[in-house]
Amino acid sequence: MTSSLRFRAAVVSIVLFAAFLGIWHLATRGTGATAAMSPEYAKLMGLTATQGKSAMPGPADVGAKLWEHLRQPFYDNGPNDKGLGIQLGYSIARVGLGYFLAVIVAIPLGFLIGMSPLISKAIDPFIQILKPISPLAWMPLALYTIKDSSISAIFVIFICSVWPMLLNTAFGVAAVRKEWINVARTLEVGTVRRAFTVILPAAAPTILTGMRISIGIAWLVIVAAEMLVGGTGIGYFVWNEWNNLSITNVIIAILLIGIVGMLLDQILARFTRMVTFPE
Amino acid sequence: MSTFDNPFDPNRRLRAGGCSCGQHVSEAEHQAAQLQIQSATESEQKRYEGVVASAVMRAMFPQDVARRAFLKSVGAATAVAAVSQFFPLRTATEAFAQGGPLEKKDLKVGFIPITCATPIIMAAPMGFYAKNGLNVEVIKTAGWAVIRDKTINKEYDAAHMLSPMPLAITMGAGSNPLPYTMPAVENINGQAITLAMKHKDRRDPKSWKGFKFAVPFDYSMHNYLLRYYLAEHGIDPDTDVQIRAVPPPEMVANLRADNIDGFLGPDPMNQRAVFDGAGFIHILTKDIWEGHPCCAFAASKEFITAMPNTYGALLKSIIEATAFAHKAENRKQIAEAIAPANYLNQPQIVLEQILTGTFADGLGNIVKQPNRVDFDPFPWQSFAVWIMTQMKRWGQIKGDIDYAGIASQVYLATDATRLMKDAGLTPPTTTTKSFSVMGKTFDPAKPEEYLASFKIRKAS
Repeated sequence: MTSSLRFRAAVVSIVLFAAFLGIWHLATRGTGATAAMSPEYAKLMGLTATQGKSAMPGPADVGAKLWEHLRQPFYDNGPNDKGLGIQLGYSIARVGLGYFLAVIVAIPLGFLIGMSPLISKAIDPFIQILKPISPLAWMPLALYTIKDSSISAIFVIFICSVWPMLLNTAFGVAAVRKEWINVARTLEVGTVRRAFTVILPAAAPTILTGMRISIGIAWLVIVAAEMLVGGTGIGYFVWNEWNNLSITNVIIAILLIGIVGMLLDQILARFTRMVTFPE
Repeated sequence: MSTFDNPFDPNRRLRAGGCSCGQHVSEAEHQAAQLQIQSATESEQKRYEGVVASAVMRAMFPQDVARRAFLKSVGAATAVAAVSQFFPLRTATEAFAQGGPLEKKDLKVGFIPITCATPIIMAAPMGFYAKNGLNVEVIKTAGWAVIRDKTINKEYDAAHMLSPMPLAITMGAGSNPLPYTMPAVENINGQAITLAMKHKDRRDPKSWKGFKFAVPFDYSMHNYLLRYYLAEHGIDPDTDVQIRAVPPPEMVANLRADNIDGFLGPDPMNQRAVFDGAGFIHILTKDIWEGHPCCAFAASKEFITAMPNTYGALLKSIIEATAFAHKAENRKQIAEAIAPANYLNQPQIVLEQILTGTFADGLGNIVKQPNRVDFDPFPWQSFAVWIMTQMKRWGQIKGDIDYAGIASQVYLATDATRLMKDAGLTPPTTTTKSFSVMGKTFDPAKPEEYLASFKIRKAS
């Protein structure tokens, strides 16, 4: 039953995808109207102008270009021309670093807030104000004060991933069942041991949900941040190809951003499943 | 008169059209012929001498007429001798050529991927930086504001900027005031007004009311030239049309999407719009103001004072690259060098059309304008004064402005001036010239009168 459902879903997916490619191909086939111009003049013009080729690339163009990129993902032709693998690597490293720093800060702080109603109430107004600020709004300020664009980008990732983790950790810790804590207390378990053996496992699913939200946001933000700052990374790649008006490469970058984002999310989802327990 | 022309030649043509000796159709042909006559490889020493002598001659005779009269009366050889009397050309040349030990060899220079940055970019693949002992990384940057911030942050040692930007930054227009300098102009001319194909029968600017235009940055020659051009045709750029700041690639996309009617933008975007069949070139900016400055090589004052020798070597590389780019016969080779993804990332044929000046205009004609874009590094302070009159005209700056003071503070005269000071000499200070924009003569000594003569301006 389930396997047949899965099979049927896969078939529908493939049909949808094929239909999408077909429509895309037909829509970008181009009008085919060859403009009348002298051959000398035509030599100076692009295919769009001379052969009525559509300005949007078709699926075949994108596929060919993608193959070209995938065959050589790690080439390095100087500071402004690197393979897609290297660009993605930069982005992932930035996200990883900013995210790791956020984990270090958000989880202990979230624990503290969750365990102490006093601190929770005291810090709450700050979190409420800081949380809704778009991470990119920090960018100019970061550039101006940190005076280093790659650290600024990492800072922006840090600041955008810290809030969901912090709030979820605090919520998860505060929501641990009172009975469990009371049992621990009756058994005279110390505070530190109680935090690690009772509260942490109980709050872990919520904490990881927060971490999963954070990684999603971080990956959303890094592309925009790199477009602003430039230099390296997949966001810079998009900006650079847009400068060249190469829509083909922009589409490829979008596709890869989607795939990497999905992979990051899946990794965290797996961790979440690992710590989830049936009550 | 270009920096690379021989200033001791009284017969030098000052206007475009024909060549200086009268035997060739164009100056480009004349130069090509000259080059064959001269030994193929000009000695380096001689080139420096030329640059230094040119600067001195220009400083002594800011008016071309006076220079001519002087040369005609005494002859070029006597003139060189006479100038040498007052100013030891050889010593200055040596100081310029040698310089001291470099304080820093690995440099980062930022650029925006447009043809205006040609000398800065090509100096890397063509070895001009390496020749002067520098290891320069030229880094593509995401926008003018980022370039500004990264130079302030010292991530970049120097950068490509729009020529009004150092002035705006120094005066604090649009940002906090910060002393900036512009030791060299990158390119002159090299922009165009591009219109959407649907306007190919509406070429008269008087009928452009209601048009939507794009320029790349508020503090840019693009903005001032477009406004000037419109105002000269009776269109008030603030009320009759809309002018937006739009990043250059989006100009082409917006033109195609019918979202704007035209733009005055940097190349390669004008030619790219033609190449892609989205627009046509209405007028080159050289036809608005022949020889106008566009982009610049800018550095913070701190870099110049902290690392004078490095700065000297860097500027020398830029000036040499500019001299190379100035020559028409090198342009194809340059197009090939800067087309790859590492630099401009454009089809080579597009860059070739821009740099050689033989281009498709989008209306079916092949146009030949050899100095569609040209390269001349001398930062005329009168350029700065003109820019400030336009900033004031359109309300970007207000009140009394010390035109000459700011101009001399930001638009550093040639490096020769600095090296002359190092050698214990008193450099000449006149670095202005008069020019005309759309037939209207500009006297840099009377900026306020010039400003008052415009009918269309922002009421302040």
